[in-house]
Amino acid sequence: MTLTTERPVAKTPPATWRTRLQGPAVFATVAVLALVVAPLLLEPFRLGLLAKYLVYAIVALGIGLAWGQGGMLVLGQGVFFGLGGYAMGMHLKLVEAQGDLPDFMVWSGVEQLPALWEPFANPVFALAMVVLAPMALATALGALVFRQRVRGAYFAILTQALAAAFVILLIGQQGLTGGTNGLTNFFELFGQDLALDETQRVLYIVVAVVLGLLYLGARQLVNSRFGRLLVAVRDGEDRVRFLGYNPATVKTVTFAISAGMAGLAGALFVPVVGIISPALLGVVPSLELVVAVAVGGRFALAGAVLGAVVMGYAKTTFSEQFAGGWLYLQGALFILVMTLAPRGIAGLLRRRRKETR
Amino acid sequence: MTALLEIRDLSVVFDGFTAIDGVDLTVDQGELRFLIGPNGAGKTTLIDVITGLTKPAAGAVRFGADDLTGRKEHEIVRLGVGRTFQTSVIFEELTVVENLDLAASFRRPLWALAGRRRGISEAVEHALTTTGLDELANEHARVLSHGQRQWLEIGMLLAQRPRLLLLDEPVAGMSLDERSRTGELLTEIAKDHTVIVVEHDMDFLRRYASQVTVLHEGRVLTEGSVEEVRANPKVQEVYLGRAREEADDAVR
Repeated sequence: MTLTTERPVAKTPPATWRTRLQGPAVFATVAVLALVVAPLLLEPFRLGLLAKYLVYAIVALGIGLAWGQGGMLVLGQGVFFGLGGYAMGMHLKLVEAQGDLPDFMVWSGVEQLPALWEPFANPVFALAMVVLAPMALATALGALVFRQRVRGAYFAILTQALAAAFVILLIGQQGLTGGTNGLTNFFELFGQDLALDETQRVLYIVVAVVLGLLYLGARQLVNSRFGRLLVAVRDGEDRVRFLGYNPATVKTVTFAISAGMAGLAGALFVPVVGIISPALLGVVPSLELVVAVAVGGRFALAGAVLGAVVMGYAKTTFSEQFAGGWLYLQGALFILVMTLAPRGIAGLLRRRRKETR
Repeated sequence: MTALLEIRDLSVVFDGFTAIDGVDLTVDQGELRFLIGPNGAGKTTLIDVITGLTKPAAGAVRFGADDLTGRKEHEIVRLGVGRTFQTSVIFEELTVVENLDLAASFRRPLWALAGRRRGISEAVEHALTTTGLDELANEHARVLSHGQRQWLEIGMLLAQRPRLLLLDEPVAGMSLDERSRTGELLTEIAKDHTVIVVEHDMDFLRRYASQVTVLHEGRVLTEGSVEEVRANPKVQEVYLGRAREEADDAVR
């Protein structure tokens, strides 16, 4: 039995070798630019800034996955970023203290190393916690929340409240977390002097490579059956249930992956920028990255990465010229993108490519 | 014949309103059963209870050896009960074949979904040919017409190889041509599946139904072949009491 089509249907052009190689070609070009050209051309200060943008791009990648693909508007990624950052920061502080108490604890009148800190002296434990702590928290939260079918704006507000609460917790525990100042004054990482340009250049390469690998991994996930399922959950969670899948599990796994990425980014942020503090991971920084992902294009992973780098660069450049004006420009950009190009820069590029084909 | 679905003394209450009131229904293995009744008779509610969307106030729903009441929607699907909705809800951002593949993969553990789809599985191939959507396999589902969407949804059910299919008004909003094609599809499916169809359309019923259960105000009014049901004075009365046109349709 054949059923006739009623509407004429535009056939998608068959994938030729040209269209098939386009993606890898772009990726390779960007990789060469990031790994070879940038370290050669940029002065150390600018390269350090680029490293920071790329760190944020890792968080953005996770947001792209959770929000763009999975429809979960995560407004509190700063929490996971912070968990990763503090895990790394605690380890660096302990190494630097060489068996004594970290400096800020002495100033706060703490006399004995808190039990929470002890295992972080072990680099393997600290590095594992960088990823595992955020993933565990996200899994616990997701299991609780998604099973109760909390979604949409309610979920978004919940994550944001979590970020706000996390900041209050960090500030309140002065002796344990360094309070408002956070953890800073890092001098070395695995025996390397962090003040050296050479160390910072290696760090930049590490960040770029980690971002590249995570991007490829996330892309693989998006193109897998799981990725199709994730999109299906985004567009029709109830329908997915009647296909025999539990959407809560799919969402929890994705949320945990995005949290793990944010944690890893937080850990890389610490040696690159030299500080981790509550101000860097509260509601505002969390929102800024969501805005960046929206501007770059949340439905494409590359758009999320691009958004983080572009907005990071724009923030630095603009703030150098007009201090304090950035917030308005950022808000205006967000409104502009949301009303005129809801698919962001990536959506505009894709549309142009289709038109020129 | 063994009973596949056995509903006993089922009641559903919404905020004090009794939508289903002591319904008994038995559907045998391999049967094609039509559920009809005027608006508000409780047809869709009955389907909702079987599939776990609505919790009953009292009564039992047995499916083979399992009790379905109190189970979650996806668990019931995993036991082998599939359904469509009045308004088709396919995944527009996925292609036709991806929609089918997603439906067919539901028994795989989650980690096994991490790989890319390579080629087309047998179940998907079968669903494509049965529904006649082969030509559109790689198109995004959003370009499909209303009828094609319904067929895709039925195809997704088939790809899951369910033991019981529940179709909620499959021909609502379809053109005459689409209706008869859906009828052919239904006949084809009913050959090797147990199917329950909720339908309003009397013409469709006359052409494709054999066994019919009539619901009225939450109760089973009568059961039997199409001829028996149409000849039943109580059925005529129910439809007469409702709307002249519908009644003419039903008894003609």
